[in-house]
Amino acid sequence: MRWIWIDRFVEFRRAERAVAVKQWSLAEDLFACHFPGYPIVPACLLLEGLAQTGGILVGEANDFREKVVLAKIARAKFQREVMAGEEISLQADVLYIRQEGAAIQGRVCCGDELIGEAEITFAHLDQSRSQQIFGDRNFVFSGELKNLLQQSNMAPATSP
Amino acid sequence: MTQEEIYKKVANTLVEALNVDEEEIQRGSRLQADLGAESIDFLDIVFRLEREFGIKIPRGELFPESIFQGDPDMVQNGKVTTKGLSELRQRMPYADLKRFESNPDVAAISDLFTVELITKYVEGKLRSGN
Repeated sequence: MRWIWIDRFVEFRRAERAVAVKQWSLAEDLFACHFPGYPIVPACLLLEGLAQTGGILVGEANDFREKVVLAKIARAKFQREVMAGEEISLQADVLYIRQEGAAIQGRVCCGDELIGEAEITFAHLDQSRSQQIFGDRNFVFSGELKNLLQQSNMAPATSP
Repeated sequence: MTQEEIYKKVANTLVEALNVDEEEIQRGSRLQADLGAESIDFLDIVFRLEREFGIKIPRGELFPESIFQGDPDMVQNGKVTTKGLSELRQRMPYADLKRFESNPDVAAISDLFTVELITKYVEGKLRSGN
């Protein structure tokens, strides 16, 4: 299974805000068992989509030098379920970016309707220790996850 | 702001950061042993304190990282040496080390981080205007 839960970015303001969209097709394998006759998106995948949106926002802020990993979801609240066929937007606003890590306020919306909110904390892996374990390669931002920005033609722009 | 007001705000901050009930928090509560804090929670707590009190907390100031880094001058046979204690006093002037000094077991350093310690730290920051 490919672990990309964003289709494309529609807004990207460096170190500030990112918005991605995702359309959930009924053809997704997960709906075969979640649930038969009642295809709803697992909330954990909505959180993963928010974490990917926010993680790329945080990673790009440091030119993808840091290994940004999801560390904590202090709180998450959903107002309703998301059904197959709905297009949702995943909105991430930076709360802070520090040397040790970062946090974002995430919102899941369908049109103007707020469906869910979560506060997500990311850690920057210790550079020297992760270098020993993983080498020079940034395993977080390799391949598809990093390419999502280019694919969406969302060249990072600093805010005025 | 009085010390009691600071304490109440610190307690509220910890309720948010650690998802614990207000009743679980007392001045002597240890962040890790009593309130279940993990290392990533320290980053979250620092951010919330900065936001709540309008202060700046430089990296490693409230929660020093790897204080002794395996230095044998600082720790011997699992105990913090006199030099280590002096370093600890310098790095954490807001910590009450009296009890720790009677049995300076290096494994007990995490027990120094209590709600009271954070309250004193914030009080000092507010007083110095930093």
